Amino acid sequence: MFRLDAGSGVPIYRQLMQQVRQQVMLGRLRPGDQLPTVKEVVEALSVNPNTVAKAYRELEHEGLVRSRQGLGTFVAASPPSPPLAASPALLASLTRWVRKARAEGLSADEMRTLWAVALDEPSDPAEPQDGVA
Amino acid sequence: MTSALSCEGLGRRYGRRTWGLRDCTLEIPPGRVVALVGPNGAGKTTLLHLAAGLLAPTAGAVTVAGDVPRRRLNQIGFVAQDAPLWPRLRVADALDAGRHLNPGWDRALATERIRRLGIPPRARIGSLSGGQRAQVALTLVLAKRPERLVLLDEPLANLDPIARREFLTHMFEACTQTGAAVLFSSHVVAELERICDHLVVVRDGRVRLVGDIDDLRQAHRVVTGPAAWPDTAGWPVVSARTVAGRTTALVRSGSDTLTGPGLDGAEPTFEELVLGYLDHDVQPGHRSEVSA
Repeated sequence: MFRLDAGSGVPIYRQLMQQVRQQVMLGRLRPGDQLPTVKEVVEALSVNPNTVAKAYRELEHEGLVRSRQGLGTFVAASPPSPPLAASPALLASLTRWVRKARAEGLSADEMRTLWAVALDEPSDPAEPQDGVA
Repeated sequence: MTSALSCEGLGRRYGRRTWGLRDCTLEIPPGRVVALVGPNGAGKTTLLHLAAGLLAPTAGAVTVAGDVPRRRLNQIGFVAQDAPLWPRLRVADALDAGRHLNPGWDRALATERIRRLGIPPRARIGSLSGGQRAQVALTLVLAKRPERLVLLDEPLANLDPIARREFLTHMFEACTQTGAAVLFSSHVVAELERICDHLVVVRDGRVRLVGDIDDLRQAHRVVTGPAAWPDTAGWPVVSARTVAGRTTALVRSGSDTLTGPGLDGAEPTFEELVLGYLDHDVQPGHRSEVSA
């Protein structure tokens, strides 16, 4: 379930934490679901086990996961960032948007810049909220 | 907990004047995976040989789990650069020698690993490729099951990317079981981040930087600004380069107050941190100039 971006400059344990958070937000990991064991992550990514253990430790500190001695690490019953309510529709329209932007030759960084600009726009209650597609 | 490796004021002189390593003070806790980085001739191999008990210190002290390396040899694994093994020996004989020399020898692990790598046990070491020879040496060190410290001098240099990953996974697995610390030297900075959690940078026979990688990153900033900014800011600059009228410097401070008119600061990437310390020491006003 994990992928590493060596060129991103983001420390590996933070990349792992971010990906667990995303999976929980998107509802792909549900409360009580088990995370891959440290050993499994090490085998899949040949990454240092201390790094994986650190990511899991920090996630536990945040209250997102709970480790049970000898059993493994599980998503907490009530994680601090609950799954997104409207995720499937929003994600689908955003995916369409990204495909369109890519077809127009925009890079990932250029897209991020556009999102940052869009996020800074003052919200207008008269406009419909789902204006992404 | 006792450190896996501890050096205090450790030094080794070759001949009358040349110090291979000087004033080396560091502590490596058990279970850490440590990258030893530095240019050729910086003192990496000298440090590894001192820790393996192959060299005696000229100054200071080195201990492995609280005792001198010579009394810990059963608990230390060491693979020298280019995996020097007796070329006339057959692979199976090398494994046999390992079994007789090491009380904790894991025979099943050794035989199975050589079989899985497709290395013929009857082949003479001298007939193997560089990568295969490295794999035999690494198998010897894994089967020895060193409990305290594993020392590897450029272990990945001769391995292809698949073999590197395979070896690292085994190494991690073995060390998780035993709690041994791993100290290995490498030139390939790009792949170290996923492998290591600890860093030792040596240059000109001296340790320039040592510590937990995440802590070290948080304790530094990369700051970019107008060409002359490091001269006026008065911050502890590790190294700096000026390209096209803009100076980028690695600063030894994790403070977010490192800002000023026209200055951009950010946490260094792993590579920026390592390269910043490998770059020449920079005094204000003596920055290395690179023309764009």
